[in-house]
Amino acid sequence: MELTRRSAIALGAGAAAVAALPISALASVDDAIAAFTGGADMGDAGIDLTTPEIAENGNTVPISVDAPGATAVMILATGNPTPGVCTFEFGPLAATQMASTRIRLAGTQDVVAIAKMADGSFARASNTVKVTIGGCGG
Amino acid sequence: MISRRDFLQASVAASAIVGASGVGNWAKLAAQQTLTQDDLLGFDTYGNITLVHVTDIHGQLKPIYFREPEINLGIGDVNGLPPHVTGADFLKMFNMTAGTPEAYALTYQDFSALAKGYGKMGGLDRVATILNAIRSDRPDALLLDGGDTWHGSYTCFKTDAQDMVNVMNALKPDAMTSHWEFTLGHDRVNEIVDELPFAFLGANIFDNEWDEPAYEPYKMFERGGAKVAVIGQAFPYLPIANPNWMFPGLSFGVREERMREVVAEVRDAGADLVVVLSHNGFDVDRKMASQVDGIDVVLTGHTHDALPEPVMVNNTMLIASGSNGKFVTRLDLDVQNGQLLGFRHKLIPVFSDVIEADKDVAAVIDAERAPYEAEMSEVLGQTDSLLYRRGNFNGTWDDLICNALIDEREADIALSPGFRWGPSLTPGDKITREDVFNATSMSYPNAYRSEMTGETLHVILEDVADNLFNPDPYYQQGGDMVRVGGMGYHIDVSKPQGSRITNMTLLKTGEAIDPAKSYVVSGWASVNEGTEGPPIWDVVESYIKRQGTISIDPNKSVKVTGA
Repeated sequence: MELTRRSAIALGAGAAAVAALPISALASVDDAIAAFTGGADMGDAGIDLTTPEIAENGNTVPISVDAPGATAVMILATGNPTPGVCTFEFGPLAATQMASTRIRLAGTQDVVAIAKMADGSFARASNTVKVTIGGCGG
Repeated sequence: MISRRDFLQASVAASAIVGASGVGNWAKLAAQQTLTQDDLLGFDTYGNITLVHVTDIHGQLKPIYFREPEINLGIGDVNGLPPHVTGADFLKMFNMTAGTPEAYALTYQDFSALAKGYGKMGGLDRVATILNAIRSDRPDALLLDGGDTWHGSYTCFKTDAQDMVNVMNALKPDAMTSHWEFTLGHDRVNEIVDELPFAFLGANIFDNEWDEPAYEPYKMFERGGAKVAVIGQAFPYLPIANPNWMFPGLSFGVREERMREVVAEVRDAGADLVVVLSHNGFDVDRKMASQVDGIDVVLTGHTHDALPEPVMVNNTMLIASGSNGKFVTRLDLDVQNGQLLGFRHKLIPVFSDVIEADKDVAAVIDAERAPYEAEMSEVLGQTDSLLYRRGNFNGTWDDLICNALIDEREADIALSPGFRWGPSLTPGDKITREDVFNATSMSYPNAYRSEMTGETLHVILEDVADNLFNPDPYYQQGGDMVRVGGMGYHIDVSKPQGSRITNMTLLKTGEAIDPAKSYVVSGWASVNEGTEGPPIWDVVESYIKRQGTISIDPNKSVKVTGA
């Protein structure tokens, strides 16, 4: 992920003491999830992923994630050639476990966020973001 | 199809609040074969608050014909629910009789014949008369405009919407929200808003650099001893459905969480009644009302639906007031201590030959039109066919536009956007320049001519179809299907994106469209900056003048299944 000044500021505002770590291209979404969770079961409570339903511009789609108590949140764009987007890590001094950034989406796809909680459990959220050519609303 | 009784149980009757709507009065009037201004305006003032709703006027200052849709499919959970009910089903659901004034106003059947009998509808001078009557009953009634006001006519185009601003100011609205307004350009909108004597609201309009609210989200009014919060919700998909280069600094979106926050904020600030003045479109509003607690009334817009009764979603009332100035909704509410105890509702049909024009507003309208009267009243030709646009797949106005594009621009295939605005003309009517602008006026009118492969055409049709038929309303944009000239296709609306459209056929040869082959395509209203070509109204004007008399054959080139 390329960190522009704008997204860096957005990150700074949303979450104290956060590092956004680029993750290298992984063979598949499943591999990325397995590597992050170690194959553990994932719940669906405790993580909120906010995305637009339809992207206004697929090249820069604002997303945000809020996972109270998380130590790390991994973001995946499942339909991109390189699904890995980033992993936010939250240190013990982080006041909130929220982060926001902008990502590029190659087309309509599910964006997935997986939170690793302090107790070692995992929670998953997934939203479909539509990337459309648009132009006929009236 | 659900029966009227089921519908009432599912909606009005099932709610905790009691109410009455105006539909019974209409039916009675029809039986008596009388229609007077007093009957249309008659209303037993109720409760302590009155809301008046107009929306999607699209620049129509004068009375017009507007044929309601024949095809208006609801996908998934909303199949067969209002507003996805048309024609005879609509009459049955709302206990109306064919041929009556309400059938003419609300459905498509026998439109040409009934139009001769009942005349044009709308006209903002008639709307002013209705407002005067309501305000004499309840002087502090709130007038709320759902937007798509500053767009859609010759004078609106020529004056950058100053005509609409001046006439609406004479009606004294209390608040509005927006959609096509932003196709005037962000600077022009701000220039108007800076001088606007009422609130311009949009809780979901954000600055897209800093993600901060760009316009006022709501306004609080004190009415009848209660605090009324009016929250604005602009059209969520402006940067996608319309050219985002015209308002590059703005972001929109449904933003359900934002609506939840604003509702909480106004409740904390003491709102006894929460009203959302929305341009979401009916199905998006229905979903939002089911997801966000604490909204009492949603004044819906964008999808141009007119419903004679409110639709209830849990404890939220959805109101649909039509388009083009055809209807005014009056909603009286009894609100005590933060509780909505009851309502009385009437969808007032603006029969222009029955409701007298208000002289003051008529004078404002005439003054706006006078400088342009000669050029816009020029007769270009006449029509033997009913010209209309509304409907999911085709309308004769768009068939005319597509024919003009193919003929004037020497194209194989024509594409015309699935707009829902644009009044109708009846058989025998002259076609004036104003009529052509009523169907085409916009700030990005260039009629392009380019080559597209069969595969690209398929992608476009699939993309637009998903904007209309995605089963999740939050993924719908609210227009109708792109109109196609020179090419036929089959559509199965129940399928997912990518597999709805089949059997694409080039009509002039009868051959199947080849994905690899290039075709000459002409269309208009591209959202891309720098689109080249003559304005669409010049193309259509030239075609009508050459034809003299327009006759549109029934369009049988789209086959629809899965509904």
